[in-house]
Amino acid sequence: MAIFLNENSRIIVQGMTGSEGMKHTARMLKGGSNIVGGVNPRKAGETVEIDGTSLPVFGTVAEAMAATDANVSVIFVPPAFAKAAIVEAIDAEIALAVAITEGIPVHDSASAWAYNVAKGQKTRLIGPNCPGIISPGKSNAGITPSDITGPGPIGLVSKSGTLTYQMMFELRDIGMSTAIGIGGDPVIGTTHIDALAAFEADPETKAIVLIGEIGGDSEEKAADYIKKHVTKPVVAYVAGFTAPEGKTMGHAGAIVSGSAGTAQAKKEAFEAAGVKVGKTPSETAALMREVYKNL
Amino acid sequence: MDLFEYQARDMFERHGVPVLQGLIADTPEEAEAAAAKIGGVVVVKAQVKTGGRGKAGGVKVAKSPEEAKEAAEKILGLDIKGHVVKRVMIAEGASIDKEFYFSVLLDRSNRTFLSLCSVEGGMEIEQLAEERPEALAKIAVDAVRGIDKAKAIEIAKAGGFGDDLVDKVADVFVTLYKVFVEEDATLVEVNPLVLTTDGKILALDGKVSLDDNAEFRHNDRHDLQRDDLDPLEAKAKAMDLNYVKLDGEVGIIGNGAGLVMSTLDVVAYAGEKHGGVRPANFLDIGGGASAEVMAAGLDVILGDPQVKSVFVNVFGGITACDAVANGIVGALNTLGATATKPLVVRLDGNNVNEGRRILAEYGHPLVTVVETMDEAADKAAELANK
Repeated sequence: MAIFLNENSRIIVQGMTGSEGMKHTARMLKGGSNIVGGVNPRKAGETVEIDGTSLPVFGTVAEAMAATDANVSVIFVPPAFAKAAIVEAIDAEIALAVAITEGIPVHDSASAWAYNVAKGQKTRLIGPNCPGIISPGKSNAGITPSDITGPGPIGLVSKSGTLTYQMMFELRDIGMSTAIGIGGDPVIGTTHIDALAAFEADPETKAIVLIGEIGGDSEEKAADYIKKHVTKPVVAYVAGFTAPEGKTMGHAGAIVSGSAGTAQAKKEAFEAAGVKVGKTPSETAALMREVYKNL
Repeated sequence: MDLFEYQARDMFERHGVPVLQGLIADTPEEAEAAAAKIGGVVVVKAQVKTGGRGKAGGVKVAKSPEEAKEAAEKILGLDIKGHVVKRVMIAEGASIDKEFYFSVLLDRSNRTFLSLCSVEGGMEIEQLAEERPEALAKIAVDAVRGIDKAKAIEIAKAGGFGDDLVDKVADVFVTLYKVFVEEDATLVEVNPLVLTTDGKILALDGKVSLDDNAEFRHNDRHDLQRDDLDPLEAKAKAMDLNYVKLDGEVGIIGNGAGLVMSTLDVVAYAGEKHGGVRPANFLDIGGGASAEVMAAGLDVILGDPQVKSVFVNVFGGITACDAVANGIVGALNTLGATATKPLVVRLDGNNVNEGRRILAEYGHPLVTVVETMDEAADKAAELANK
């Protein structure tokens, strides 16, 4: 099963012919993803050879879908053009759009999201500014290394890319159904809650690790959601206890403003919802190991 | 980036928001000249990015250029909540009848924009929200449809404006929304928005926050006066490094914002057992940890006299650990004798064995390679406490 992405996912890459797009298309192919084509209006009709695989380039997402039956798009388009690329994916009503691009202006992501809502959310958007999603052994849409961990019963949702990798690594002996990096920007498509709901419904997922960080209230909302709707065990980790107020910690969304968005507040919200919170990534993994033993 | 009041005023004026004249002054003499130029009663206002200026003595009315000079003498150099006043704005005086509040901002929780509006302006908005929440209208603004005249009227009515003023303020709201969108702002706030005794609506004080991600489409931003950066932060910025100076002893370099934040926390916990040492900085070298980036990062961190040890924490995802190891070797070779502080390195992930082998072979006396993040944090904290 896994969530959002599986062995039936047929992936196109928007921005495939750029340097990032080429590099990561090759990595996804190597990891076993079924990449069926790319999109670049200026190179429509051409064929690109990537690591021995010939991939057709289409002018639009809609054309690519019509020709290949693609149901996932991974977006590597630079910030200035990313909004147009996301809107194009939404217009084509592709089931899943994964926006990897970092540095998109928040007015662009906010209006792309409003557009998706107005269109009835026929497209699930992941990101922007995220590592994407991987269902180990099935498919990988994004920049997560394919070989950190194999398939298993744990679902992972995280704001941060490298912490996703770190946690996959810590729990590599158990394995994961799906690991999803939702991104560190102020406005993102898929939220912690969306992933929790999907993991709860996924029979392959037996337990969930949630990674959050300072800024916003996504973790507090997730804690509330877990309390009301999640029956599977959840272990959480929050990064940024030492972050000072008013300083952005790398991610545009990672900023503590006033009393809002602190790591402490998020930890307390999780604990109030009965979710165990690890102090460090390794302690979080140890907590999950305990949970796994008792499954 | 947050703007100073005078920068917000200038921005408002460029977009056609009604404002009063305002001139900046960095010395009492300049303040005197500015007041003479504006003429009549002026207000001398401290330019600091914090609230409560009035109470701290940072705002003074002056009836003549001489009084403006005296006021500037008192205000310049004043410490307002840790912000030292280096510049004042000399603003034209106004005869105020009523004070209102308006803002439009990013509402990340709901992934949309939000407008706040009240006929009860002037006081701190947090105070109004707490004491009289019913007087503060909160209206969601669709990021695609924005604030047109109809939406502005809806906001004005919700904020409690009477029929006599709704139309007038709605026009100003539409213009302020234009500022919000065209300038890629995450906040545009006017407090107070005033009605003068002669019936004009004016934005008397403005707060604007701009989205740093949008700088590529605003070339004029380079000219804006920035906050005084810490010298190390300025150096890091010049080298395009994502660095935040903190007050501690263990320098941190890592890849990925989340992992680096986590590293700071783990070091702080480890420090509890080692004399209370703390992380000295946040530094994310991002995906491509080339020798140049690593050298630049180490150079900044080693330039911090407070730093006693450095913890390099890398999980090789896209970046291979051998490239990171080569980066460290290259950096230490570049820095030569100027590298004098111990380095604790933890590598994991992509090509980790080769990375560790490179460092072992290099055998630099300052470098210790430790297997796990927790052990490495402990070692770095221990070394910083020596």
